[in-house]
Amino acid sequence: MIEVTGLTVRYGGVVSLDDMSLTFEPGTCGLIGPNGAGKTTFFNVLSGFVRPAAGTVRAFGVDLLSMAHFRRARWGVRRTFQTEQAIEELSVFDNVALVHEHSGLGAAARRRDVLAAIGFVGLDCDPRAKVRALSAGRRRLVEVARAVVGRPRLVLLDEPAAGLPEEETGHLAEVIRRIPEHTGALTILVDHDMSLVSATCATTAVLDFGRLIASGPTAAVLRDDAVIRAYLGVSS
Amino acid sequence: MPVPDTMGPAAATGAAAGRRPSRAALTRACVIAALLLLALFALPALLSLYYVDTMTQVAVYAIVALGLGVLVGRVGLVSLGQVAVLAIGAWAAARLLFATTQPYPVVLLEAGLITMVAGTVIGLPALRMRGLYLALITLMLAGAITVVLDTVNFPNGGRGFLGYNGSAVRPPPIRMPAIAASDTGYFRYSVVVAIVMFLLVYVHIRTRPGRAWAAIRQSEPAALATGINTTLYKLWALALASFITGVAGGLLAGASHYLYSIDFPAQNSITLLAVVLMGGAYSMWGAVVAALLYQFLPALLQNWGVSADWLTILFGLGVLQVLRTAPAGLADQVPRDLARLGRMLRRRRGVPRPGEPAVTAAAAQQPAGSDPR
Repeated sequence: MIEVTGLTVRYGGVVSLDDMSLTFEPGTCGLIGPNGAGKTTFFNVLSGFVRPAAGTVRAFGVDLLSMAHFRRARWGVRRTFQTEQAIEELSVFDNVALVHEHSGLGAAARRRDVLAAIGFVGLDCDPRAKVRALSAGRRRLVEVARAVVGRPRLVLLDEPAAGLPEEETGHLAEVIRRIPEHTGALTILVDHDMSLVSATCATTAVLDFGRLIASGPTAAVLRDDAVIRAYLGVSS
Repeated sequence: MPVPDTMGPAAATGAAAGRRPSRAALTRACVIAALLLLALFALPALLSLYYVDTMTQVAVYAIVALGLGVLVGRVGLVSLGQVAVLAIGAWAAARLLFATTQPYPVVLLEAGLITMVAGTVIGLPALRMRGLYLALITLMLAGAITVVLDTVNFPNGGRGFLGYNGSAVRPPPIRMPAIAASDTGYFRYSVVVAIVMFLLVYVHIRTRPGRAWAAIRQSEPAALATGINTTLYKLWALALASFITGVAGGLLAGASHYLYSIDFPAQNSITLLAVVLMGGAYSMWGAVVAALLYQFLPALLQNWGVSADWLTILFGLGVLQVLRTAPAGLADQVPRDLARLGRMLRRRRGVPRPGEPAVTAAAAQQPAGSDPR
């Protein structure tokens, strides 16, 4: 469980997150909102790239904000980015192994976990293949494999389906839906694709100009008048 | 695409095959071994003493270029202070060679370690800066080191910490290793040391530090998000680059016999960066190409009676060419272009590639979709 209390982030005069308080329950949770609503800023706070002006974040009873950023990944905070971050010059195996190298496990156990993660996301290519040789969709899967390898506790997916064709988005949805049961990690998904959010997230929270305007079961949130006005738009 | 519960068959096959060296890797290893044997045994027999000395400098500067390649190509840290770091290594080795009777390899190791500490301190700004700002800071520090060396001079057998005796009429030369006292022997000695340094860097690149550096170069936030302690690995890269550059400085001390501060101007670091970019900062072959450009080409021009100053223009154009057409440098571009040329010639002759049906020149000229009869 992730408990966020009074989280506020300011960039000069701009309030990117405004007194956000929310509890994320185990499972897959959606985080939606228009561009500039503060979704990625929230991920950056959890990853340690942005220091909040106020507020606390407790993840499974641990004060996340007091942890050094690189230690958060080792503890179990994993994430993908809006822009592609798979390392082209490394193989698929090495890209995934990179995340798992500081786990303290032996080489054989790490190798087994890395191959299991590559298999879990459905990458049916040679693990020795260089990432530069893969399609955009497969590169996305490499990034997801990096996020789920080993024992993640919190998986943050930042627009993983952006730019993917419908078929690959469908496969990705299936992978995301299975992350909590496969790894036990709490997963937070940021995406603009409402069909993906509906298909994968039991609960969803909505941000608008840094403020939390709705949260609860996904179906109910997507019918919320405030959410429709602020984000989804009214059909004529 | 299916979503299997456990690792897929491709993954399993790849993992099993991953431990066997591929045919291409074996061919590469054989080519490298042949080139090294050629360098160690054939070159000294074929070349005049002038060029043997030049090739010793090439071996030394290949190590320096390799260190700069680690920083620029692997981690993305642009340093313009490597010639100053080389001078520190040369100074430390010269001082130790005059003051002690330690074996040469021990002196090289000590010079590398001393330079590692100094170079890491010089590179500390790298932890906070990147790009142009880092380049400027390292250039300024290199300038400062040049000024210090101008003031204290290089050791020439004098006493005290500095080991410089300004009134010495005929200072003794810096000693060479007992097993490599001749120029040819010292060339071979330098090549062997260079091989050891290349292997040291190769091991780093192929293991955890190499993967961490690749991640840092791609994106520092993404590297942090994968649990990489970016500060530690950047310091590691600085330490490794400084260590091997210090060892190169030790080799340079023996090769030069006498060292002068005028031989290490700060602006040479800029030329060095230019040739590293031309050779290829991302590959280890690039370091060898860079050293040939930096040392062999000027010696060749000088031998032909052409001023080496022309190289400044040539290197400027070379960097422009590389940045526009081959960001991975000549070490990547030349084999790629040769392979393309080979494919083109094979197509012209109608010789098929393995697994391809034969195509005659006439058939190749047939427009797509037309009846071949």
